[in-house]
Amino acid sequence: MKLKKFIAASSIIASSMVAQFAIAADTIKVGVLHSLSGTMAISETTLKDTVLMMIEEQNKAGGLLGKKLEPVVVDPASNWPLFAEKTRELLAKEKVDVIFGCWTSVSRKSVLPVIEELNGLLFYPVQYEGEESSKNVFYTGAAPNQQAIPAVDYLMNDIGATRWVLAGTDYVYPRTTNKILEAYLKAKGVKDEDIMINYTPFGHSDWQGIVSDIKKFGSAGKKTAVVSTINGDANIPFYKELGNQGISAEDIPVVAFSVGEEELSGFDTKPLVGHLAAWNYFQSVESDENDEFIAAWKKFIKDDKRVTNDPMEATYIGFKMWAKAVEKVGTTDVDAVEQAMIGVAVPNLTGGTAVMNANHHLSKPVLIGEIQEDGQFEVVWETPDTVIGDAWSDFLPSSKNLISDWTPPVSCGNFDVKTAKCSGQNF
Amino acid sequence: MLRTILVMFGLFVCTHIFAEGGSQAENGSSLSALTTQLPKAKLSKMAPLVDQIAATKTPSTRPLLQYLLDGELYYVRGSNMIVRAVVNQQKQYELTDVLGGTELAPVTKKQIKKIRTNNRLRGQIRSLLAKLDLTDEDPDNRIAALKQLIDKPNDSALDLIQSLIEQEKDSDVQALMQVLLDVQQLKNGDTAQKVAAVASLGESLEPAVKNALVQQLELIDKNSQEPEHVALRSAIQDALDSIESKREFYGVVENIFFGLSLGSVLLLAAIGLAITFGVMGVINMAHGEMIMLGAYTTYVVQLIFPHLIEYSLFIAIPLAFLVSGSVGIIIERCVIRFLKGRPLETLLATFGISLILQQLVRTIFSPLNRQVASPEWMSGSLQINPVFSLTYNRLYIIIFSLMVFFALLMILKKSSLGLHVRAVSQNRDMARALSIKSDWVDAITFGLGSGIAGIAGVVLSQLTNVGPNLGQAYIIDSFLVVVFGGVGNLWGTLVAAMSLGSINKFLEPITGSVLANIIVLVGLVLFIQKRPKGLFPQKGRSAD
Repeated sequence: MKLKKFIAASSIIASSMVAQFAIAADTIKVGVLHSLSGTMAISETTLKDTVLMMIEEQNKAGGLLGKKLEPVVVDPASNWPLFAEKTRELLAKEKVDVIFGCWTSVSRKSVLPVIEELNGLLFYPVQYEGEESSKNVFYTGAAPNQQAIPAVDYLMNDIGATRWVLAGTDYVYPRTTNKILEAYLKAKGVKDEDIMINYTPFGHSDWQGIVSDIKKFGSAGKKTAVVSTINGDANIPFYKELGNQGISAEDIPVVAFSVGEEELSGFDTKPLVGHLAAWNYFQSVESDENDEFIAAWKKFIKDDKRVTNDPMEATYIGFKMWAKAVEKVGTTDVDAVEQAMIGVAVPNLTGGTAVMNANHHLSKPVLIGEIQEDGQFEVVWETPDTVIGDAWSDFLPSSKNLISDWTPPVSCGNFDVKTAKCSGQNF
Repeated sequence: MLRTILVMFGLFVCTHIFAEGGSQAENGSSLSALTTQLPKAKLSKMAPLVDQIAATKTPSTRPLLQYLLDGELYYVRGSNMIVRAVVNQQKQYELTDVLGGTELAPVTKKQIKKIRTNNRLRGQIRSLLAKLDLTDEDPDNRIAALKQLIDKPNDSALDLIQSLIEQEKDSDVQALMQVLLDVQQLKNGDTAQKVAAVASLGESLEPAVKNALVQQLELIDKNSQEPEHVALRSAIQDALDSIESKREFYGVVENIFFGLSLGSVLLLAAIGLAITFGVMGVINMAHGEMIMLGAYTTYVVQLIFPHLIEYSLFIAIPLAFLVSGSVGIIIERCVIRFLKGRPLETLLATFGISLILQQLVRTIFSPLNRQVASPEWMSGSLQINPVFSLTYNRLYIIIFSLMVFFALLMILKKSSLGLHVRAVSQNRDMARALSIKSDWVDAITFGLGSGIAGIAGVVLSQLTNVGPNLGQAYIIDSFLVVVFGGVGNLWGTLVAAMSLGSINKFLEPITGSVLANIIVLVGLVLFIQKRPKGLFPQKGRSAD
């Protein structure tokens, strides 16, 4: 009796495995590596849904190379070492052809050694601190020169700011960005005593002292602006405290690099109106592609109140580019796709086109928006042209001479133009 | 040079004629002519338009600019009529014709469009309004107008102040006007006038005064030995020194306030735990989630009563107490009572419960943070002087946390429930022998502790994010406070919370907040090494 059951069970398992194999054979597997639980779930879940939406659309349009796309969703649970493990699982066990994933820089850094070892392909859709260029990663979010530097230029030239507060959460992205900004400001002739740098822990909620310091710093008779790399959750209490202590956007404007539509949908936006954010995309930008994208997103997520944001556009661009490159070379082979990616152009959602450069970074326009009461942004300034993402900042002494170029003859992520040597140290 | 002066003079005369020349009736019509340009004006073209509107000076001018500033100015799609729109409870917009003053039928959002502004425009409108407000009836508005002007003075406004200062009846307003004029005299007068201005400014704490003084000090030739310069220099230096020492004093006072306010938040978060952990001895890892449930109760209350935002906290406080309290009682009845005397298992079980509650909230309310609005009376600050203000929300929270603390103290010390709780926690068997239902007391005590955590959640919803992770941020701090204060001692919890808050806030300006947290933690570890039972250890028989 027992034996019979065992045989029946194992035959079912075997047949289902065969079935699975059969499906696997004529699909292209797309790995989705975004945290669906833990602290980062709040931001990353949206990107998982975006990838799923893109896959669904692609499949409706007949798939890729005549095959259907099959998403493989894993949950690295906001746990940085788990990101590496899940990448290994996606590449070695699931044999995915491409991965869309990561949000925080630590998670990306944890994935890098694995993706290089197993020669995978990762699309990273979030603004980040730069100083990196891996052969196996395409960075579709903004590098510092596509977000931070133009924002400072805007504050300096249009708002007339001469005194600067660089406030950030204490981890790699704000620290590197602020280092670049500090060097940039000093190169523009800003004195040491006119720069105040402040770091706070993740999820900091007691801002009274720091906001009071900013107020004092800003009362010296010079126009003061705050450049905020404060991350996620800590923003609401920060802006609330600014409002309560009577600092309005007209007195001391705050330009943020991590506050987008999605974050604002959890805010009571009253104290934020007039403060600024720098991104490559705003939901409020009017263009046909954007209207279509927003409508598709609302339909897919079945919620009329959901918003779109910059990392979603970066995911959209990354996905479209990958699909285009795959069609161009007719295979999903990583090396072939990697070479085909360079030079691929895809329409931006804000109008114009995004182009993938040889350093695996995009050319994109930079927009500055003012927060409105409805949680949307009103664009007040934009770069006249697209800006080429710079992997290695020109304002840091350590990376001044470095460039990244993945096309022959250089084919290097860390090429020193002075010594004409490739260090191979890509991250 | 002469030519520029001539041109400028010509311009001045022109604008003068434009402003003064038109009769009242013409002004009215030109205002309506100007407002019709609003819907089509680009943001970059708005600045001169707003200037022209301000120059019309009709009775409708001020409200029009105010609505534009507040983002309440809309135009009707199609007819381009300029209206003030205020959203009502049915999510419809109630319209008022700005120029005519007639009320129109309410419409939906799609039928009207907002007239957009940006920072620069709002700044401009504010200073235009400030000039109009100098003659406002309400002294508070006049003060606000003067504060606006002190940073960006313009000649016409200064002339106006000069003519108004004599008739001003309110002494505060008059003093501020004098400061404004003195600052101007300090900047533009001759040396004797400057000395007089410094003397008259005395020890005003307005930032603009300090900046003007510093600026003047830099202008004087350092090596000049002329008696006039020496006198001015020493007068300015004295004034600056006295301003600086006053600022320092208020800086310390401000820091104490910040410390107390952080302390009161810690107190609120920890005081429930002081009951469940301190008195009952249950290591309750789900304490943070009780706080979170309280915060979500506030969210739900605001969701159900959207028009009662101002009172929502008063409704939410008892409700949060009931919600968290009953969840606490359920947890006690279903889990904790079976684990009595097994701290390790209790820890693991309650940790599991905390994860379950978090995921439950994620499933019901989504993992995204929820928006909890602050009532009007909780925002803004109480301005004591130009360098020192107390934010209302923090002020109320300090008062409220002390109220909760003393109420709890009274319950434990004076009520029969408190007597039973203390009896059971000191000697369970003896208490049972005296016919106290110890099981019942346990459940009620745990419910009380959890309920107070729920109240803390209502308060925290006003300070921080309402999301599934809210509780985790406070659980460690809560344990720290209770252990530092001495397990089982409510006064210890109060002292511990306030001193941890103050130490943190005094370290923060020196070390930065990251290092301040670490130093406090290291200090605490050392302290516990030295005195394992905390600040106020239990003595005598109740120590076990």
